[in-house]
Amino acid sequence: MCDTCGCGSNETQVTFQKPGEKSHTHLNAHEHHHHEHHHDENHEHHHSHHDHGRLIEVETGVLQKNDLLAERNRGFFEALNILALNLVSSPGSGKTTLLEKTIAQLKDTLNFYVIEGDQQTLRDAERIDALGAPVIQINTGNGCHLDAQMVNKAVKELNPRPHSVLMIENVGNLVCPSLFDLGEAHKVVIISVTEGDDKPLKYPTMFQRSDICVINKIDLLPYVDFDLQMCKDYACQVNPKLRFFELSARNGEGMEPWLNWLKEQVTS
Amino acid sequence: MHEMTIAVNIVDIALQTARAADAQKINTVTVEVGALSGVEPEALEFCFSEACRGTAAQNAKLELILIPAKAHCSHCGNTFETNHFLNLCPQCGQEVIASGGQELKVKTINVD
Repeated sequence: MCDTCGCGSNETQVTFQKPGEKSHTHLNAHEHHHHEHHHDENHEHHHSHHDHGRLIEVETGVLQKNDLLAERNRGFFEALNILALNLVSSPGSGKTTLLEKTIAQLKDTLNFYVIEGDQQTLRDAERIDALGAPVIQINTGNGCHLDAQMVNKAVKELNPRPHSVLMIENVGNLVCPSLFDLGEAHKVVIISVTEGDDKPLKYPTMFQRSDICVINKIDLLPYVDFDLQMCKDYACQVNPKLRFFELSARNGEGMEPWLNWLKEQVTS
Repeated sequence: MHEMTIAVNIVDIALQTARAADAQKINTVTVEVGALSGVEPEALEFCFSEACRGTAAQNAKLELILIPAKAHCSHCGNTFETNHFLNLCPQCGQEVIASGGQELKVKTINVD
């Protein structure tokens, strides 16, 4: 049974809900592979070591299914000139605050749509809803990342207009979301100055696969041992093509270049 | 832990391939995993046996081919294989960033 609404669904724990709506939806079983796990005590681990049998060549990328669907999402966004950004970071870097401030400052110029990913709660979607932007919350249950399937379904429910901006706030996690293409135009990795300047070296995959890096909370620089240049140098070692924005979403410092870049992406 | 998702995808690909070949049972699944693919082999092995349960791949063996990344030292010209992203050149001690090692592919399955 679904533990959020008691709706009898045991297909998946992933739910989709808009703020103010009492009901939520699920991914269908045929849409999303879900395994049930019976954690019985007598779990057998007999690995049979066969040397006979037939060998079949497969040569298939493990994430091929996700990647193909991500490309379908990307094609849809391109056809409607929707700028889709995948915002990734560890929890607490200020993704939602950056989104709030960005939407508040540009909502007269651009149409924003938001997909919020979290394991639990509608809290982030409610913060975006308060700004008047259409938003849908994906709760992944125990899942540590969003995938192309979830975004595909969320986009159908959001129904974004052409020439808009779709902000996808991924689950706060600097590891897992890096592997799953969602169909975004840009992956934006956000790091805050309270996190340690060597993060790009400790979690290189995320910085490698992103093309924009926002360094947030720069208003706190006088109070923390964070070497801004060192952080950028490390990030550039991992990915020389990274483009940086240094800002404080809280006090607005450095927001201008970020907002201008966003506007350019939609008009170009 | 994204390894569960990865494991489920591997089993799905193996099952689909086996079904298309009219196979009854999957004995072995061979997967290439790059050292910098973002997948932890031990976690993947654990998740794989769980993902196989109740399917034609039940009790199947997962064979991982671990593919190292490559590093080229711009200081002394040394090229070496590594499992780490950031390395010290074994020849001159210079810091070297590795490349490649991103593989994540089902290579073959062995079926009955």
